[in-house]
Amino acid sequence: MSAQTVNREGQLRRVLAVLRRDPLALTGSLVLAVLVVVGVGGSWLAPSGINEVNVDQMLEPPSWAHPFGTDELGRDVLSRVMIAARVSLQVGLVSVGIAIVVGVTLGLFAGYYRGWLDNVLMRCMDVLFAFPVLLLAVAIVAVLGPGLTTAMVAIGVVYTPIFARVTRAGVLSVREQVFVRAAVSVGASDLRIMRRHVLPNIAAPLIVQTSLSLAFAILSEAALSFLGLGVQPPDPAWGRMLFDGRGFVTEAWWLGFFPGAAIFLTVLAFNLVGDALRDVLDPRQLTVSEARRSTA
Amino acid sequence: MARFVIRRLLQSAVVLLGVTLVVFLLLQLVPGDPVRVALGTRFDPQTYEALRARAGLDQPLAVQYFDYLRRALTGDLGVSFRSGRPVTAIVLERLPATLSLAVTAVVFALVVAVPLGIVSAIRSGSLVDHAARVFSQFGVSVPDFWMGIMGILLFSGVLGWLPPSGYVALTDDPGRWASHVALPAVTVGLVTASILTRFIRSSMLEVLSEDYVRTAEAKGLRTRVVVSRHVLRNALIPVVTVVAVQLASLLGGVIVIEVLFAWPGIGRLTYDAVAARDYPVLQGAVLLVAALFLLVNLLVDILYARLDPRITVR
Repeated sequence: MSAQTVNREGQLRRVLAVLRRDPLALTGSLVLAVLVVVGVGGSWLAPSGINEVNVDQMLEPPSWAHPFGTDELGRDVLSRVMIAARVSLQVGLVSVGIAIVVGVTLGLFAGYYRGWLDNVLMRCMDVLFAFPVLLLAVAIVAVLGPGLTTAMVAIGVVYTPIFARVTRAGVLSVREQVFVRAAVSVGASDLRIMRRHVLPNIAAPLIVQTSLSLAFAILSEAALSFLGLGVQPPDPAWGRMLFDGRGFVTEAWWLGFFPGAAIFLTVLAFNLVGDALRDVLDPRQLTVSEARRSTA
Repeated sequence: MARFVIRRLLQSAVVLLGVTLVVFLLLQLVPGDPVRVALGTRFDPQTYEALRARAGLDQPLAVQYFDYLRRALTGDLGVSFRSGRPVTAIVLERLPATLSLAVTAVVFALVVAVPLGIVSAIRSGSLVDHAARVFSQFGVSVPDFWMGIMGILLFSGVLGWLPPSGYVALTDDPGRWASHVALPAVTVGLVTASILTRFIRSSMLEVLSEDYVRTAEAKGLRTRVVVSRHVLRNALIPVVTVVAVQLASLLGGVIVIEVLFAWPGIGRLTYDAVAARDYPVLQGAVLLVAALFLLVNLLVDILYARLDPRITVR
C-alpha cells in the first residue's frame, strides 16, 4: 500500500469523524442525501404530475391533499418543487463539472510550465474575473439563447477562473517538492507527472472548492431561471417558480415560500459540508464568504 | 509605491483590453445575424442596412474590433437597436439609480456587520458569536430574490409599511426615495452584511492573537482601549478591500433585485436589453460594469498599499 493511499484513507477517516462530530455538517450531509433521493426518484415520489392542471383547485393554500398548496393553474406545488430538485442538481453538477475540467486543466498547465503560458492563461482568467458572475452568465445566455444547456455552459464558464486559480496555486507549491523532481529525474513525461504526482496532491483544495462552487452554481441557476433565462416552461425550476409566484405573493405566499426555501436549504447544505471539508482537508483555504467574494 | 501603482495600472489596462474583446465577441456569438434577430418582426430592409452599417457589421472581424475599441475609448458605445439612441447616454442615465441602491445597501451592511463582527470576535464562543455565525451562514446561503419576495409579502402585503416596488429619485423626493429604497437595499445589504461580519470577525481574531496586543494587555490597558487603539485599526484594513469589492459587485450584480423591485438601474437595463435583444445596450452595460469593477479594484489596491506599505514589496 503506497504512502499516498494511506494518506487518502486517513483523510477520508478524518472527514467521516468530523461529519459525526459536527452536527451542522451532518445535517448538511443528510439534507444533500435527501436531495439526491428526491432528485433521482422525484418522478416516482411526487404525489401528482408536474403539469397536471386542475382549474377547480387554483391557488389553494397548503393542506393535507397539497402540503405546499397549488399554483395559479391548480398544479401541486410540492410535486413541482420535488421535480425541480433534479434540475438544480443537474445544473450544479454539469456546470461545476465544466468549470473543473477546463479550470483545472488550465491551472495545471499554467502552474506547471510557468513562463508565457502561465502569463497568458492567467491574464485570460483575470479578464473573466473582471465581470460580476451573474452579469457574465446573463450575457452569455442572452447571446446563446435561453435554456437549460446554455445556462449550464454559462455557469461553467463563469466558475472556471476560480478553479484555474486554486489549481495553479497548488501546482506552484507541489512542483517544487522532492517527489516531483525525482519523477523528472527518472524521465517521467510532463503529462504523467501532472496526472500521477501533482493532481493527487492538490485534490484537497479542489474538493473544498467544488463543494462551495456547487452551492453558488445552484444559486446562479436559480437567478437565471428567475430571469427567464434558465429552464423554460412548462418544466419546473425553483427560480422560475419564484418568478411566476411573485405576482401572487400577497394572496398566495406558498408560491414564493416553498421553492425559495428549497434553494436556501440546498445551498446551505452544500455550504455546511464545504466548510466542514475545508476544516479537515485544507484549513488555509478560503472561507465561504471569501470564496463568494472572489467569485462575485 | 510609484512602481507599484504603475504596475497595477498596466495590469488593469491589459485586463480592460481583454474585457473589451470579450464584450465585443459577445455579439459574434449570437446565432445568425444579430441585427435581423434584434429587429424580429419589425424588419425592414432600410433599417436593417442602416443598423448593420452603424454597428460596422459589414467589415472584417479585426476591423470591427479595432473600430469598436477606438469608439469605446472616446465614449461611443454605438446606438440602441431598439430606440436608436446612443448607448452611452442610455447606460449613464441608469447609473444614479444603481449607485443609490448599492451605496445604501453597503451602508446598511456596515451598520450591521461592524458591531456584530467586533463583538463576535471579542466574545468568541459566546451567544452573540454563535448568533453572528448563524447569521453569516444564513446570509451566504439565502437567495436574495427570495428574501426580497418575503420582504414584499411582510412589509408591503401584511404590514403595508413600504411600497412593493418602484423608484423615486433621491433628488426629487428624499422621503419617498427612502421608502422605495428600503426593501431592496435591506435585501441586498443583509447578504453583504453576512459576508462582512464573517470577514471582520476573522480579521479581528487574527489581530487579537498578535504579540503587540498581548503586550498592550500586559501593560494593564483596558480592553476597550486595546481594541479601539490597537486591534480595530489593524483589523479593519483588509475589510476596506472587501467593502469596496462588495460595492463594485453590487454595481453590476443586482440584476435580479432590480428586476424584482422594478428599480430602473443598470441591472434592470441589462435585463430589458436581453429581453429586447438589444445587443449594443447589453454590450454597453456589461462593459461599463466591468470597467467600474476594475477601477474600484485598482483604487482599493492603491489605497490598501497606502494603508499597509508591506503590500508594495510583496
